[in-house]
Amino acid sequence: MENENNNKDRRNFLKLGIFTTATVAAVGTGLSKVFSENNPPQASGKKVKVMTADGKLVEVDSAHLKCCSSPPVSNEEARKGIEGKKFVMVIDLAKCDGCATCTVSCQKMHHTPPEREWIKVFKMQDSEKTAPYFFPKPCYHCDNPPCTKVCPVNATFKRQDGIVLIDNTRCIGCRFCMAACPYSTRFFNWDKPEESAEVASMPYSPEQSFPRKMGTVEKCDFCPHMLREGKLPDCVANCAMNAIYMGDANEDAVTSSSGETVQLSKLLEDNAGFRYMEELGTEPRVYYLPPKNRRYPKPEMHNEKQSEKKGHDMMNMKM
Amino acid sequence: MHTTHHQSDLNPEEQKQEREEMRSVVLRPLRHTGTIGKIWIGFLVVVFLFGCYAYTVQLREGLKVTALRDYASWGLYISNFVFFVAISLVGALISSVLRLTNFEWHRPLTRIAEIIAVSGILFAGLIIVVDMGRPDRILYLFNHGRIQSPIVWDVIVVSTYLVTSVLFLYFPLLPAIALCRDTLTDCPKWQRWMYKFMAMGWEGNKRQWKIMKRSVAILSVLVIPLAISIHTVTAWLFATTLRPGWDSTNFGPYFVAGAFQAGTACVIIGMFVFRKAYNLKKYITEVHFNNMGKLLVFLCVVYAYFNVNEYLIPAYKMRGAEAKLLNDLFTGPTSPIYWSVQFFGMAIPAVVLLFRRARKPLPITIIALFVVVGAWFKRYLIVTPILLHPYLPIQNAPLSWTMYFPSWVEMAIVGASLAGVLLIITVFSKFFPIISIWETLEGEGIDLEEMDNRKK
Repeated sequence: MENENNNKDRRNFLKLGIFTTATVAAVGTGLSKVFSENNPPQASGKKVKVMTADGKLVEVDSAHLKCCSSPPVSNEEARKGIEGKKFVMVIDLAKCDGCATCTVSCQKMHHTPPEREWIKVFKMQDSEKTAPYFFPKPCYHCDNPPCTKVCPVNATFKRQDGIVLIDNTRCIGCRFCMAACPYSTRFFNWDKPEESAEVASMPYSPEQSFPRKMGTVEKCDFCPHMLREGKLPDCVANCAMNAIYMGDANEDAVTSSSGETVQLSKLLEDNAGFRYMEELGTEPRVYYLPPKNRRYPKPEMHNEKQSEKKGHDMMNMKM
Repeated sequence: MHTTHHQSDLNPEEQKQEREEMRSVVLRPLRHTGTIGKIWIGFLVVVFLFGCYAYTVQLREGLKVTALRDYASWGLYISNFVFFVAISLVGALISSVLRLTNFEWHRPLTRIAEIIAVSGILFAGLIIVVDMGRPDRILYLFNHGRIQSPIVWDVIVVSTYLVTSVLFLYFPLLPAIALCRDTLTDCPKWQRWMYKFMAMGWEGNKRQWKIMKRSVAILSVLVIPLAISIHTVTAWLFATTLRPGWDSTNFGPYFVAGAFQAGTACVIIGMFVFRKAYNLKKYITEVHFNNMGKLLVFLCVVYAYFNVNEYLIPAYKMRGAEAKLLNDLFTGPTSPIYWSVQFFGMAIPAVVLLFRRARKPLPITIIALFVVVGAWFKRYLIVTPILLHPYLPIQNAPLSWTMYFPSWVEMAIVGASLAGVLLIITVFSKFFPIISIWETLEGEGIDLEEMDNRKK
């Protein structure tokens, strides 16, 4: 008798469980509909034969074919990284004149909104008496990355080639990585991204960070899709001052926009290279050369202070 | 667990009378809801529904509809999350710590504390989902979860604490549910079914009492480490980062101390409202307010101690990046909130409550309101100003990125979450007795277990 009661209870409990699961699933499907941006195109009825990456011949509808110059690597491959490489960047603060061409060319390449600067040029002055200088800041692709540590779903990860990437098909938008990054390097897609139809229809890869998805994080990715082709990232290639070098620490060589390749260790040694905020222990993969012997006007710090003050006044009013 | 309550002087007949009187007083709010009660519930429902509407706007348009931007990327939602986790700790304090340390006066307060805990932790879980950019991917936390992430720790401890708190609320409630099942026979059919289902065949026999009391005893021990871990892990969401202002080894105990202080103030307000609205003067007495007042003084002082460690010691050093934040809090644009919270939410209550007259029901409730409001703003101060003072200066950013003032969507949703907590507490108190009859009478030396079994 008691046994029977127990069974009945268990059945009821199971029913409740199934009901709950069904509800959660229904809500989940509804939500994913709200969030799905890329609807598959209508079938045209015309079939074409194509070869897949693993060598199989398949027939697909021609409307489902997408044209792109270099097909992105698989998600799995993008998470692994390029074998045998350890990418590294060097930024020569003595050469940087703050023109922000790096920022602009990066924005163009990654189709970013105007206020989103993956590589941002700061005007810095460490103290009142010390010299001001320009300070371009990309993602540091740290070897002890505070951001990837805190990610709850492995959406941001460190690759074997040193690059830290984000998979926007995995990101849940908790923004813990943004809170954890001490360099304010990460950006969030607060609303539906404004992208041209062409960009929006491109296949996504974590290596190229677009098309964007609402509610996910993005940042400087060191342009692995360029590096795979042996090309320099656009910020490096377009720097008129030759101030940014990109290369491979394993080869001990870095290259700047002029095409000049120099020995990394010698460059750092001769110029007393350093990393920003070494004391945080994040082990950045971006090195700086100190801003000495500059041959361009130093940044004007006055304006910046004004605007900062204005911002604070506004804040005061609102509080 | 052996309790050390004194034996009642009343004879069995008087004890029975005492029990019947308490039952009728405690069940009265379940039978009848006044106009004010109906207006209150209606108000909460409206606020809650408006917040739900605001959330649909956010789902459609994205988090752009909030005032959150790339610098202040956490704001009202996260501060509210921390606040809810904080108040939910009080369940463990009142029902468990005071119980295990034999403070007999906690007895009529356990259920108020526990329902605050349950609704607080439930809405903490909900509000964190509201903060997510991709709530549709919530299941990734399970199938792609990384145990190294403090968020996953939080998911584990918050859900465990929710289940434990529900059980901790439910088990001691069993005799009361059975009482409702047996006496509230004129209520709607679904409600009778609910009581019948939830009472799980409780008839008050010796075996049932024994199982229930043992389970409660086990839970009351279990819930303490759980409560401490939920808020410690919540503190670690911040302390595991390198941000000046969060990068603090003090954060875990600092959060736990603040949580006990805020939660205790919440219970005081609950006591006052239920005592007044449900006419429970006989059971929630001035002695309870007096004792809760003393407890609150103690907790304010402990919290002040952690605040000294958290703010004044770094201020002594004024280390580079942290100095910018501290200057903002002490003398900058954020200072009015900072000093109001520290004085009205902590220092002044601690001093005023030293006086017996301030521990009378009305004054202490007003003071507790200040403590709760202060606690809420304190959570905001812990979250957002830190994000607005990063290591690298904020330059060439749109003005809206350099400051944070919540949008209507955020305020509506947070308002809804607060209304939701109050709604759960109110509705609960309309279906179940808000004070535990057997625990309260046991404190007076009347053993309901014995009485239940004597009649057979």
